[in-house]
Amino acid sequence: MFHPDARASYQKDIDGMKAAGLFKDERYITSVQDAEIEVQYPVGSKPRRVINLCSNNYLGLSNHPEVVAAAREGLATRGYGMSSVRFICGTQDIHRTLENALTKFLGTEDTLLFPSCMDANGGVFEAVLSDKDVMIADRLVHASIVDGMRLCKAQQDTYKHADMAHLEEKLKEHQDKRQRMIITDGVFSMDGDLAPLDKIVELAEKYNAMVFVDDSHASGYIGKTGRGVHEHCGVVGRIDIITTTLGKALGGASGGCVSGRKELVELCRQRARPFLFSNTVAPVIVEGAIKVLEVISRSTERRDKLEENTNYWRKRLTDAGFDIKLGASSIVPVMLYNAKLAQDVARDLLDEGIYVVGFFFPVVAKGQARIRTQLSANHSRAQLDKAADAFIKVGKKHGILGLKRKEIVAKYGE
Amino acid sequence: MADELKKVILEYVIKEYLVDGDDRVITEDTPLITGGIVDSFSMVSLKRFLERKYSIQIPDADASPEAFDNVIKIAALVTRFKK
Repeated sequence: MFHPDARASYQKDIDGMKAAGLFKDERYITSVQDAEIEVQYPVGSKPRRVINLCSNNYLGLSNHPEVVAAAREGLATRGYGMSSVRFICGTQDIHRTLENALTKFLGTEDTLLFPSCMDANGGVFEAVLSDKDVMIADRLVHASIVDGMRLCKAQQDTYKHADMAHLEEKLKEHQDKRQRMIITDGVFSMDGDLAPLDKIVELAEKYNAMVFVDDSHASGYIGKTGRGVHEHCGVVGRIDIITTTLGKALGGASGGCVSGRKELVELCRQRARPFLFSNTVAPVIVEGAIKVLEVISRSTERRDKLEENTNYWRKRLTDAGFDIKLGASSIVPVMLYNAKLAQDVARDLLDEGIYVVGFFFPVVAKGQARIRTQLSANHSRAQLDKAADAFIKVGKKHGILGLKRKEIVAKYGE
Repeated sequence: MADELKKVILEYVIKEYLVDGDDRVITEDTPLITGGIVDSFSMVSLKRFLERKYSIQIPDADASPEAFDNVIKIAALVTRFKK
């Protein structure tokens, strides 16, 4: 039973979150996902059209007509659901077709689909490592990796973000373990910077370690043909495990995968619990994702446009005097350092028709509050200009243009 | 002895957790976990360092984020298990 005391206790937790400014609420979008969307904010208000700068729709494929048509065809020919996990009667031929297409795209040996990349990260470590092994992770890896590591019996260690000297120290320290696995994001989701995979692979080869990369924020657009950070760094074929998502650039619906050495993928197929005990991606999404890979393998036009948009956006913000994080991805964080300032700027931008979200502790480190902007190949130059003009107007209002960290902190506090 | 222990822990914390350019000053009573300097995910290297250096075993139940929240508390924990 749900005793009144239990209800009161849970309500107190929720009130505590609200008081601490940590309560998250949703905004309802009443249009398809795109560079411009219609959103109800606050919920129940009249929907308004805004330029969207906070989705992971990097390639603008979330509502691409060819992808939608392929998904519709998938619905007609393979139905809506599987009503089974993969190893009983939940695998169709198209699931394997998609896995093979991902293997080819990522330049790996084999691939296994998961319901999401969160699930892939949750299951992969436990499936391939034991208590005789060690996982050495970058300190800024995604929360799903942290969860997956916690479910695994292997020993854990971490290294300072992208600090190769620190990683090398750790690799030396753990030479007595059976296997060592270096664990990193490809693109770090809050800062938008890329892992130095060329240097990581070099260290891995020197100290006999495997390399794991979560390329969720990179697959589809980083690298000359969009394969990911391993392509950008020239180490295709030398990453042992790549996990990625179909929920961002690659169509944006849902689903994820583990791709890499065929023995490791096979162990995931045999042992990874989120794979074994959950239905896989629905046929509709499988057909959509196959089409996504076909579209982006046919031409690099979309990732090229995204790169052009990102460079333009970075230049506009930098020229205006915003303090932005440098990086090669299409995540462009505008640094505001103070949590309240980040929320105020986001709200003012929404009033200008620009949809962005402020991020602050505990999502990012204390004193590192920011607005994370994300570009899409579908943004037009006019939309980016309108958004940049709005940023400048709001930046002037708060008196932050031309200010760096110390000056912003002096003005608004940390 | 107690001061020496705290000094060793403080030196390790600064070397292991502060990145180049981080100008925060850490002292014996600076909150490490609640202050956002060490996250619970990265705390394990400190525990391993202490166990090796002082030939002790700190059970996971005792290695709570609260017990690791500042150098004074960590030193007290090490002292308890050294006996």
